[in-house]
Amino acid sequence: MASAPNPPVTAEQAGPKKRGVPEGLWIRCPDCKATIFRKQVEGLLGLCPDCGHHFYVSSRDRIRQLLDEDSFEEWDAELRPCDPLGFADKRPYAQRLVEEQKKTGLSEACVSGRGYLRGRPLALGITDSAFIMGSMGSVVGEKLTRAIERATQSKLPMVIVSGSGGGARMHEGILSLMQMGKVCAALARFHEAGGLFVSVLTNPTMGGVAASFASLGDVVLAEPKALIGFAGPRVVEATVKQTLPEGFQTSEFLLKHGFVDRIVRRPDLRGELSRIIDYCCR
Amino acid sequence: MPNVPPLPFERPVVELEETLSKLEAILDPSPDDQDAIRKLRTSIVRKRREIFDNLDAWETVKVARHLERPQTLDYIELVFDEFVELHGDRAFGDDRAIVTGFAKLDEYKVMFVGQHKGRNLKERNECFYGCAHPEGYRKALEKMRMAAKFGMPIICLIDTPGAYPGVGAEERGQAYTIALNLREMSQLNTPIICVVIGEGGSGGALGIGIGDHIAVLQFAYYSVISPEGCAGILWKHVKHADAAAKALRFTSKDLLAFGIVDEVIPEPLGGAHRDHRGMAATLKGSLVKALRQLMAVPADKLLDRRYEKFRKIGVFEEQAVEVAVDEVTAAERASEDAANESNNKTDGPAKPTPAARGSAARARSSV
Repeated sequence: MASAPNPPVTAEQAGPKKRGVPEGLWIRCPDCKATIFRKQVEGLLGLCPDCGHHFYVSSRDRIRQLLDEDSFEEWDAELRPCDPLGFADKRPYAQRLVEEQKKTGLSEACVSGRGYLRGRPLALGITDSAFIMGSMGSVVGEKLTRAIERATQSKLPMVIVSGSGGGARMHEGILSLMQMGKVCAALARFHEAGGLFVSVLTNPTMGGVAASFASLGDVVLAEPKALIGFAGPRVVEATVKQTLPEGFQTSEFLLKHGFVDRIVRRPDLRGELSRIIDYCCR
Repeated sequence: MPNVPPLPFERPVVELEETLSKLEAILDPSPDDQDAIRKLRTSIVRKRREIFDNLDAWETVKVARHLERPQTLDYIELVFDEFVELHGDRAFGDDRAIVTGFAKLDEYKVMFVGQHKGRNLKERNECFYGCAHPEGYRKALEKMRMAAKFGMPIICLIDTPGAYPGVGAEERGQAYTIALNLREMSQLNTPIICVVIGEGGSGGALGIGIGDHIAVLQFAYYSVISPEGCAGILWKHVKHADAAAKALRFTSKDLLAFGIVDEVIPEPLGGAHRDHRGMAATLKGSLVKALRQLMAVPADKLLDRRYEKFRKIGVFEEQAVEVAVDEVTAAERASEDAANESNNKTDGPAKPTPAARGSAARARSSV
């Protein structure tokens, strides 16, 4: 799947500097090119003070931003990826996993659990695009499936914040592809049981993640200017052999074509989510 | 198939065949010649079997993509007694990359859904080399829903390099239509059989690939990404496609070993392209047998069975949290003793954390 919007990060490049809000006192906004004070960006939930560009936020920060203080209880933190294929490209997958875990402080690309948003209980799943492009392998699929199953059982609204440039994770081969079917089957039962699923799309949401749970929200929200789509833009460009239209595969493009309900700035997300929950859940 | 061009790895067989045809051309063969002919014929079969028993992943891909390989429209002709095509997706247009309609399989009336790559240039242009657009997946879902309504089993033949990566496809929601098919197919209360007949190209294949019995032809493959795509991303160049093919473990043997498919359907000697009728007969036998078994599954068990089938796929470790391994998460949890305890205790499918935790959190957080 892995319709990578950007070339994957190599070992040399892959320092924490390349990820999210760059290290250092001052950073440069990739959108408006302004030099801005890092602390200020962090104070604004990862937004550029000049143009409102949405920087990457880690799953940990996302939980802090969305949920009531200390209300998050993590589920299935003990799940660890392994290397069922014995996969090796230039680096063995087993080694890549250890490196990614060290770099991100995460055990996998997905964090799930339950918590409260302005006092409303909910189940939350997040895919963190810092961990192997936020791609979905067995652990991500299993964590989300369990979260959805528990939300079904406990009649909780389900919110999944997606960030995945990788889609289904190549390194776990066909097992990754099948996670799409697994998570969607769990969503089908959740749907049947009348559960509310809000999908929040962040930059980037591509490939097998976009083509499974991320697209299936009762309400689909997207952060501004996120890259969202099935095939990576470079693949599309190579196929159609023409320059892609301006704004192709952005949140705004998806809104225009009817696949996103609302574009929501990060500071407004908490309010938007609580309002949607109030409309749909008694 | 008399004039099938040989694949590169068939070279040894081709050489034997050339010698054979020279001998056969002798107008008045001596007993020695006749003996040699007989021996050559046997060794050709033996050699071909030896080669095809030991194909590597990349060679398998070559067979799966062979231009003469039987495709959906061939199987419609050779496997089914009747076919009534239904074209409409009710929204945009008729995608020729996915063919749907009523079909008769032995004594069964079924809904047929099949991906078609095109057997000649005209067909290939019409159906984008088997790459479906959203309207194709939507058409498939419409027809499968109808099948469930009328209690008709569904047969899906999968053969696609992937869903079409184009501007129109993205505009019309390629990701959403595939996602919807995954969700809905898991709930259609009628038996579904899926067979990968050639290429099982990632999400585009899975989009008609959720079912009760999943089979793959011997030299077909089913992968999360094309070997070329994987090589381009991880090896930085398409020329490493053979290495990627090997690493991805997507041949029928691997798929069976990983528990992804229920059955590998054997192909005629030298691949399906050498004997369309033989292949179709074997496929038909498998379909009828699988269908007969599925028809015996009680209707109220079918969906649970299908759910479990996909539910159990995935390989991971599940262990008590080791503080040293994940310092950050552990630090976060340090203050949450209750949660930590419950995590350590839970082995296997964890239940939601105790209600006491939940109510404590509620008390803290209600604003």
